[in-house]
Amino acid sequence: MKLLNRSLLYLSVSMFFIIGLWSVVFYFNMLNKIKESVDEGLDHYKRQIVYQAQKDSIILEKSNFEGGFFTIGEITASEAIAIKDIYIDTLMYMQDADDEIPELEPVRLLTTAFENNGHYYKLSVINSMVEEDDLIEELLRETLGLYFVLLAAVIIINNFVLQRLWKPFYSFLIQLKNYRVGSSRKFPEVKTKTKEFTDLQNAVNILLQRNIETYEQQKQFIGNASHELQTPLAIATNKLELLIEKGDLQSRQAESIAEVMRIIERLVRLNRSLLLLTKIENKQFLDEQIVSLNEIVRQNVSDLEEIAEFKNVKITVAETAGLTAQMDVSLAGIVISNLLRNAVFHNIYNGIVTVEISEKTVKISNTGIKAPINEQKIFSRFYKADDNTSGTGLGLTIVKAICDLYNIAVRYYYENDLHSFELRFR
Amino acid sequence: MKILIVEDEKDLLKTIAGSLEKEHFVVEAASDFYAASEKINVYDYDCILLDIMLPNGNGLQLLEQLKKSGKSNNVIIISAKDSLEDKLRGLELGADDYLTKPFHIAELNARVKAVLRRKKLDGKNTIEIANVVLDLTERICIVNNEKVPLNRKEFDILNYFLFNKNRLVTKTALAEHVWGDHIDQSDNFDFIYYQIKNLRRKLQTAKAEVEIEAVYGIGYKLVEK
Repeated sequence: MKLLNRSLLYLSVSMFFIIGLWSVVFYFNMLNKIKESVDEGLDHYKRQIVYQAQKDSIILEKSNFEGGFFTIGEITASEAIAIKDIYIDTLMYMQDADDEIPELEPVRLLTTAFENNGHYYKLSVINSMVEEDDLIEELLRETLGLYFVLLAAVIIINNFVLQRLWKPFYSFLIQLKNYRVGSSRKFPEVKTKTKEFTDLQNAVNILLQRNIETYEQQKQFIGNASHELQTPLAIATNKLELLIEKGDLQSRQAESIAEVMRIIERLVRLNRSLLLLTKIENKQFLDEQIVSLNEIVRQNVSDLEEIAEFKNVKITVAETAGLTAQMDVSLAGIVISNLLRNAVFHNIYNGIVTVEISEKTVKISNTGIKAPINEQKIFSRFYKADDNTSGTGLGLTIVKAICDLYNIAVRYYYENDLHSFELRFR
Repeated sequence: MKILIVEDEKDLLKTIAGSLEKEHFVVEAASDFYAASEKINVYDYDCILLDIMLPNGNGLQLLEQLKKSGKSNNVIIISAKDSLEDKLRGLELGADDYLTKPFHIAELNARVKAVLRRKKLDGKNTIEIANVVLDLTERICIVNNEKVPLNRKEFDILNYFLFNKNRLVTKTALAEHVWGDHIDQSDNFDFIYYQIKNLRRKLQTAKAEVEIEAVYGIGYKLVEK
C-alpha cells in the first residue's frame, strides 16, 4: 500500500469516529438548548396567562386545548401546594401546515398551579417541540455531508501536499534503484532542504561510499594479484618446458612434470580469465566500433569447424537479418566464441549447434545433457555444471560481464532438449 | 643473429636466453632501463624482446628511443600487462609484436623467427626444411616439388612446427597458437592428436624428410629424418 493511501486510510477512519462522536454530543447539546428555550417560552406564557386571568376570568373556563395552547382547571388548595412546575415531553394530536390529518406531534408540556381570587387552578401550557427524528435525520445528513466534504478535501490536500512533499523522496528512490556500484558515476541526490530527506541522502551516500571503496579494493586486489602472478607463472612454464626439452627423463618423471604443467596451464587460464574479467569490469576496453555480429559468428564458426567435425557436431547458422552493435570488437568476439565453444564442447556425439541471428537477437542452441542447467547459477563465477571438465568456470561469467557492460540482455533456457543462450541487443 | 632481451626478472631472463641460445642466436641481456638504453644506443640487434615495466623507467620510452633511430621495427614487447593501450601505443611506436606473459617458449620462438623473417625478407616468403617447403604467402606446402594438400589448421600446425624445429611444442602451446587462446577444454587434446595424426600421414605419403615425434605425451617435436 502506498504511503499516500495508507495515510488516507488512517485519516478517514479517525475522522469518521471523531465526526460521529462530535455529532452525538452536538445533538444532545442542541436538544438541551432547544428545550431550555422552549421552557423559557412556556414560563413566559404561564405568567401572561396568570396575568390575563386576573383581568379576565373567562379564560379560567378553558378546560381543554382546543383552539389554544393551555388548559385551566380548578383544584383544591392542598392539591395546588403539591404541584410544582414540571416540564415534560409528551405527544399530542396536532395538525401542522404540512399535515393532512392531525398527527401525533411532540410537544413540551408545563404543568403548574396558581391562585386567583382565593381559588386555586391547575394550568397546563404546551408548546410544539422540534421533531427529534427529523432532527436526527437532518443532523445525520449534515454530518455525512460534512464527512464527505472533509474527506474530499483531505484526499485533495493529501494528494497535493504529500506528493509534493514526497517528490524528492521518490526521485531519490528512482536514482537509487538505477544506481550500480562500480558503474554509476553520480551519487543519488535529493533535491530538497527537508531535513529527513537530506539525512537519508547522507546516510545512503556514506553507505554507498563504503561499498564503492570495498568494491574498488576488491577489484584492484584481484587485478593486482592476477597481474603479479603472471611473471612467476611464465617462469614456471618456461622452465618446465626447457626441462622436458632437455630430454633424458624417465617416463614416470616426465609424467609428473606433465601433470605439474597441466596444473600450471590451468592456473594460467584462470589467471587470464580473472584479469580479463577485471578489465571488463574496469571498462578498460576502449576500442568501440560498429561490429557485425553476423561476421563474428561466421568467423568463429569457421574457426571451430574442424573441432566440430572431429566431435561429429553439426553447426548450422540461420541469418534472417544483419545485426550490428556498437562495442569492442575483441569483446564481441569473446562473447560469441565462449558461447559457441561451450555449445560445441558440452555437446553429444552426433549433436547439433544452431545459431540464429535476427534483427535484435543472437540465439545459440545445442544438444547436450538432457536436463536444464541451473539458470540462476549458470553465470556465476566458478560454477560448473559437470565437475569433470577442466574449464575455469569463468567463461559464462565473462560473457555476462561483457553483456552487462554493453547492456545486452543474456539469458539461458532449456527447451525441446536444447540448451539455448539468447543475446538480445538494444 | 643478435638478440637483446630487456627483462628485469632474472629467472625469466635466464630461461628465455637459454632457449634462444639453443637456436644458435647470440643473446644479450639488460635488466634495467639504463643498461638497456645504453645497449640500444651502442649496438644493433636483429630482434629485441622488451619488457614494458622496468626498474628506473618504462619500456615504451626505450621504444621511442628506438623509433627515433629507425630501429623499432624488430621489437617484440613482452609484458605481464595485457593492456590494450600499451599494445596500441607499442605498435604505434613501431613494435612488431606484443606477447603477453606467461607465454610458451615455442610461441616466443615462432614470434622471434617471424620477426627475423620479415626483416630478412627478400621477395620470397618461404620456410624450407629438408625437402619440405612452406610458402607462407600462398599458403601451400610443397614436398619433393609436389604440392601436398593441407587444410587450414594443418598448414598452421606445420608452420608452427617448422618455426620450432627440434624444439618441444606442447599441446597447450599448439592449441593456443592454432585455435586461439581462449581454449580451456581438455578434450581439445584428442582433437590435436587427431590433427597431428592426419598431418603425419600426409607427410609420410609425400615422403617428407621430416617427422613429428611425440615427446612424453606432453607435446611434439619436429625433426629432420
